Formats: sequence, structure tokens, C-alpha cells
Amino acid sequence: MLVTRRVDFSASHVCRNPALSDDENRRLYGPAANPYGHGHNYVLEVTLEGDPDPVTGMVMDLKELKEIVNRQVVEPMDHRFLNYEVEPFKTLIPTPENIARVIWDCLAPALAPRLHSVRLWESPDLSVEYFGEAA
Amino acid sequence: MIRLTRRYRFCASHRLHAPGLSESENRALYGKCNHPFGHGHNYVLDVSVRGPVDPDTGLAVELEALDRLVGRNILEAIDHRNLNAEVEAFREAVPTSENLGLEIYRRLSSGWGSAFPPNRPALEKIRIAETEKNIFEISSHG
Repeated sequence: MLVTRRVDFSASHVCRNPALSDDENRRLYGPAANPYGHGHNYVLEVTLEGDPDPVTGMVMDLKELKEIVNRQVVEPMDHRFLNYEVEPFKTLIPTPENIARVIWDCLAPALAPRLHSVRLWESPDLSVEYFGEAA
Repeated sequence: MIRLTRRYRFCASHRLHAPGLSESENRALYGKCNHPFGHGHNYVLDVSVRGPVDPDTGLAVELEALDRLVGRNILEAIDHRNLNAEVEAFREAVPTSENLGLEIYRRLSSGWGSAFPPNRPALEKIRIAETEKNIFEISSHG
């Protein structure tokens, strides 16, 4: 059984590779390469996989899941400029792909082996899903 | 591996009418969709692509390249068109969303090689919502 919890946070970022020229950055990342940055209302869906506990009837206590997601993801990233204020993105380009992988790594220690996937919506028209290294 | 899903929108008109069936059979089968002058929808197309993240760019999919491919191969041909009258595939085939999905999948597949580097990323599935109630998915494994 899959159980999904949704949260949202807002953050700014810029997608630029310092090893590339302005033209190459613009070609690769489009308007996201604007050096001053821009922001999104991100929506994160965290999906767990497991069987309901025979006593509680729950795959996981969703209050506990909410607390973990808030502590590990929302508090460090919400209303922040990811490139300057969130450690992995001081060197890692905060593309949606990389943000999803970083979120997975932040959640996996507390949620493995039940963590099935994370889906990050950058806008209603763009989402990425990550299923961990093994998938 | 990452699955990236990009949403596109287009508007088109169509009429569902199978030439192999009688007038009354067509009316019975397709109902309102058989009205003789056709009708239209605001379609929503989700394109899902799967691939590894390039360590240099942080990208699994170059969105600009995907947008160019979808724009050139799909939207230019079908957005604000009458599918029956203006899209070659539907001179004969009935432009149901099933057939429209298959045509979109074919058009994406045929342009994929020139839009992206070899073997990266892969077209995984498409999803067409003809309305919010009628949704069709076509994936690489059928």
C-alpha cells in the first residue's frame, strides 16, 4: 500500500553552472539561469510503501511523518534562497532533479525502508519523481 | 533515475465518426461526440521522461529541448486545429483521445533521437486529459 503526504514550501534559486558560459547556461536552463534568481511555490509529495500495522491500522503515524518532513525539509528550505542558504546547494545546482534527490537523502535516514518516492512540483506544469539510488 | 513530468495544453476540435459504421450506429456509439459539425476540448498533455541526472548540469532532461520538441512536433500541428480536417493521421483514423494519444506518442518518438543525446533520457509515458473526467495514458511498454 502507498501512503502520500503533501506539504508545500516557497524558495528561491538560480540554475547556473559556473563552468559554462552565459550563453550555454541560458540554453540549458532557460530563464532559470537569471543570475539574480527567482522563486517557486514548491509542492512536495512524500510517498511511503508498507502494510498497515495490525494494531494501529496505519502504515505510519501521519503526524510523525509530518513532523519529520517539516523538520528535515520544510524548516531548512522554506523561504530561503537555496543556493546561498541550504548547504548542499552551495555547490550542487538546485535543479528540480537535484532538489528531489537532496530531499530524499534528508528523509531516508528517518523513513527507510518505507520511503517509496518523493515527487517535487516546481509548478503545476513541472514535477520530478525520485525513487532512490536503487531504482 | 528521475522521472520528470512536463505539462502542456492545447485546444482542438474533432468529430467522432467511424466510416465503417452506419449513421445510427455512430450516433449510438459516440453520442454527442458524433454531432455533425464537431466540437472541441482544452486538452492537457503530460509528458513523462525518465533518465539519470547529468552530474555536470544537474538535469535529467533538458527542458528547453523537450519544449522545442513538443512545440515543433505536437503543438504546431494540433493546437487550435480541427483534427479531422487538418491532421493527416485523422483523415482515416477516428480522432478519439486513444488515437490522438497514439499519434502524439508516435510524433514524440520519431523526433526523440534528434532532440536528445543518445540513450538519455527515455520517453516513459504520456497522459492526455480530454476533460478533467476523461484521462488516457500511453506508456513505452504498451
